Amino acid sequence: MRLELVRRPRQSALFSVLSPFIALALTLIAGAIMFAFLGKNPVTALYYFFIEPLLEVWSLHELAVKAAPLILIGVGLSICYLSNNWNIGAEGQFIIGAITGSILPILFPEWQNAFVLPLMLLMGMLGGAAYASIPAFLKARFSTNEILTSLMLVYVAQLFLDWLVRGPWRNPEGFNFPESRNFHADAILPEILPASGRAHWGFAFAIIAAVLLWFVLAKTLKGFEVKVIGQSPRAGRFGGFSRARMIMFAFLVSGALAGLAGISEVSGAIGQLRPTISPGYGFTAIIVAFLGRLNPLGIVAAGLVLALSYLGGEAAQISIGVSDKVARAFQGMLLFFVLACDMLIHYRVRLVRSPVRDATAFEGVEKNA
Amino acid sequence: MLESILITIATAATPLLIAAMGELVVERSGVLNLGVEGMMVMGAITGFAVALSTGSPWLGVLAAVVVGAAFSLLFGFLTLTLVTNQVATGLALTLFGLGLSGMLGEGFVGRPGVKMANLDIPVLSDIPFIGRLLFGQDPIFYLSILLTIAVAYFLFSTRAGLKLRAVGDNHASAHAQGINVIAIRYGAVMFGGACAGLAGAYLSLVYTPQWVENMTAGRGWIALALVVFASWRPWRVVAGAYLFGGVTIGQLHAQAQGVGIPSQLLSSLPYLATIAVLVIISRNRRLTLMNTPASLGRPFVPDR
Amino acid sequence: MMKTIKASALAVFAVAAATAIVPGGTAFAQDKTKACFVYVGPIGDFGWSYQHHQGLLDVEEAMGDKVETAYLESVPEGADAERAIERFARSGCDIIFTTSFGYMDPTNKVAAKFPDVKFEHATGYKREHPNVSTYNSRFYEGRYIQGVIAANVSEKGVAGYIASFPIPEVVMGINAFILGAQSVNPDFKVKVVWANTWFDPGKEADAAKALIDQGVDIITQHTDSTAPMQVAAERGIKAFGQASDMLEFGPETQLTSIIDDWGPYYVERVKAVHEGTWEQKDVWAGLAEGHVVMAPYKNMPDEVAAQAKEIEEKIRSGEFHPFTGPIKKQDGSDWLAEGEVADDGTLLGMNFYVEGVDDKLPN
Repeated sequence: MRLELVRRPRQSALFSVLSPFIALALTLIAGAIMFAFLGKNPVTALYYFFIEPLLEVWSLHELAVKAAPLILIGVGLSICYLSNNWNIGAEGQFIIGAITGSILPILFPEWQNAFVLPLMLLMGMLGGAAYASIPAFLKARFSTNEILTSLMLVYVAQLFLDWLVRGPWRNPEGFNFPESRNFHADAILPEILPASGRAHWGFAFAIIAAVLLWFVLAKTLKGFEVKVIGQSPRAGRFGGFSRARMIMFAFLVSGALAGLAGISEVSGAIGQLRPTISPGYGFTAIIVAFLGRLNPLGIVAAGLVLALSYLGGEAAQISIGVSDKVARAFQGMLLFFVLACDMLIHYRVRLVRSPVRDATAFEGVEKNA
Repeated sequence: MLESILITIATAATPLLIAAMGELVVERSGVLNLGVEGMMVMGAITGFAVALSTGSPWLGVLAAVVVGAAFSLLFGFLTLTLVTNQVATGLALTLFGLGLSGMLGEGFVGRPGVKMANLDIPVLSDIPFIGRLLFGQDPIFYLSILLTIAVAYFLFSTRAGLKLRAVGDNHASAHAQGINVIAIRYGAVMFGGACAGLAGAYLSLVYTPQWVENMTAGRGWIALALVVFASWRPWRVVAGAYLFGGVTIGQLHAQAQGVGIPSQLLSSLPYLATIAVLVIISRNRRLTLMNTPASLGRPFVPDR
Repeated sequence: MMKTIKASALAVFAVAAATAIVPGGTAFAQDKTKACFVYVGPIGDFGWSYQHHQGLLDVEEAMGDKVETAYLESVPEGADAERAIERFARSGCDIIFTTSFGYMDPTNKVAAKFPDVKFEHATGYKREHPNVSTYNSRFYEGRYIQGVIAANVSEKGVAGYIASFPIPEVVMGINAFILGAQSVNPDFKVKVVWANTWFDPGKEADAAKALIDQGVDIITQHTDSTAPMQVAAERGIKAFGQASDMLEFGPETQLTSIIDDWGPYYVERVKAVHEGTWEQKDVWAGLAEGHVVMAPYKNMPDEVAAQAKEIEEKIRSGEFHPFTGPIKKQDGSDWLAEGEVADDGTLLGMNFYVEGVDDKLPN
């Protein structure tokens, strides 16, 4: 008796919708087991993880603050991954975008007016895109593995930021501590609803970007091109789509969005440049992208779910003494289950009881669903 | 002093070498496992915990190897049987491994570990200049060299190795010839996991005998890079690992000597060097494509 | 089974919702003070955060059931820090200790919104609201003593210094160390390696090995892991521990360690809140107040230990200040005249080396 995978002739529409929920349910069950194992009440643990953060308005704002960079980066990554460009360096593009976006308030602090902020955001996007163009160029021109180049560049970006903030861009009034000057008021990304919390416009950008990219992917020729090249480079060539152009396009878009996330985070949530400005958003966003099944709208939901798990992790830490590593383990499990359940969309699972059949079965006869 | 520096470099290079060698075999069979970092860190905590509880570093090593293989089995099941996306699954494995190892290791932080004793062969290791380097290092260093020899021999001088490479180059035609693609890949993946586990145990039993969350500090990713820039050839992995180790240690010495270059620039040298070598290696596109296992990362579902 | 889970989930939900509506227990604040701590690393790091947590435990022991504590560990600096601090403020904490420099702006931002909560920020300098205090320890006092010991014990006259980041506190430490060493051996040298991390055992071990290979015979560190001590012990090199007593990792080689003892300060401040006498302060205390504690002097000749104790007493009583002139800067210019003592402001912003350090500060 064994498990057999039979490919469906068409993707199952039912499972396309159900699979993330099945995955979530499985994660909750596995999580409950894990908590029970740790000696904690599984129900209270899950409550603190997933429900408690939703109960207060300020917490909902925090959710938006945490989710904004995840969604923004994740949405850009979806374009990359759909077109088979594995950008693992979003963290580096985030950092460089934050740096280029901060040029105005740090180097020209006396220039304060309404143009500063939009320019900062634009420069952030350009910086992120430029940094992403490096692995893109290397891949397009030399076929260099983009996973590795984009990843190595993350370390370089982190060290560059560290050097900037300790050296040339150090706050002259900051007692030689490693941080840039604080941004002036015109350079701070405003909050959306200041009275109830500190969710800033970065969240709005994230939603807008998600809707925009969803539209591009679903309804435009470019979106079609992305998906075709991703699934079959040969078909893409026959369709007249250029592989090299798509590499640049995907990386530039993804880099720009990561850069925007970077400058939004720095100017909206932090207010200055510091040696660390990201707790790993660029990598978490990869999970968000897959959790959202590479669909921009799904990514919005996935970003919120992941942000929830971070907030919940904190709540659980304080109230029931569960450590923060549990949140990480949770996220990993969630991704596993999502990937596994996704399989159900493409394959039917059959339990085969009969012994292995003879050679005629190897003729490659397709079983119909 | 030079001998001492070379030994330090060898210690830095060994975990990279072992993890990369395992991943080399995995990728030669056509599978891309990005979960090396996760498997390594699981190996590190397992090795540490078992060695501390039993007092024997060797038992720790054994346990780490087993856990590494078991962890990779999870990856194998998802990508080979359930045919999930290899990149995403590998990343999930890394994440899960980091989180799980952190959880398991909570009680072990801040405790001095059991250190594996060096293999001090009498007389031979007293030879000036090269004695300690060649005969006085920890046992796993020697294991790493044996591993390289074994993998090179297996891949290029045995039928089984030929089959594995055939699977990696063209899984469809290998399957048509009756080779069990999935079984070979499972074996390769588990070997990769075992190596990653061993490399992790090296960190917590030889390198710095203690446990600290995320103690692999990105070495799994470096190992992945090493496989590529060695063009999937075992002895080049050795060269790459030692080169990377050399630059890492070299920049510390430069600092200690008072070289005036900013330390961040020196610290980024290993990563820049990796990119540079990657570019050089892949400049000749045809050569790259010729050396890359053609089925790398592509899902395989046997049709019945 | 699903039904019972659902039912209990609803029950928990209902109870929690009910408690959320009831005003957050201010009636109890006078009887029980809630002290909350935000740590930048894991409490198991056996270094910085571990020591802060020992301070929390001291508070619990000293005040028993008059205090309730809570803590969050591994909170990254940046946007997450503000949320963590605000979460504490909202959950009824009466006093919140934020134990990393990088929490400075978030602490002040949250303090503005919660004027009734007291905030204590470690190693910072901004006190933008009357409910924010800052506190720090004069670690340089311990570094000076270490320098004295090093010069006495070292045969080669060179020490290796594994530094984290070129911030004033670290530079101060290096300067104090070499000044202490120079008081015994004017030609004593220090080799500095910047690890660019507070905590990374692998890197710290590599740095220690490189320094030892370069010929130093004393290792000291301003990074938090026990790796350098382990490496030094392996090679038979004497070393100084950091933040906590690392004797376990180098039983035959640890000379002493600078122990961060936050207990006395934390107990004092939490009691102040409990009794209603809390006032804004900027505290920079050292050996005299018990913030800095030296681990027992071991693995050295008795005369050296005696000398170290003597210096320690002089610093503790105020008779001697490690930064007393004449001292020249690394570039040869004069800094302190004979008998002149450095003022706190210069020390807190220290960005220059004194004469005798073989390293270039990044600028």
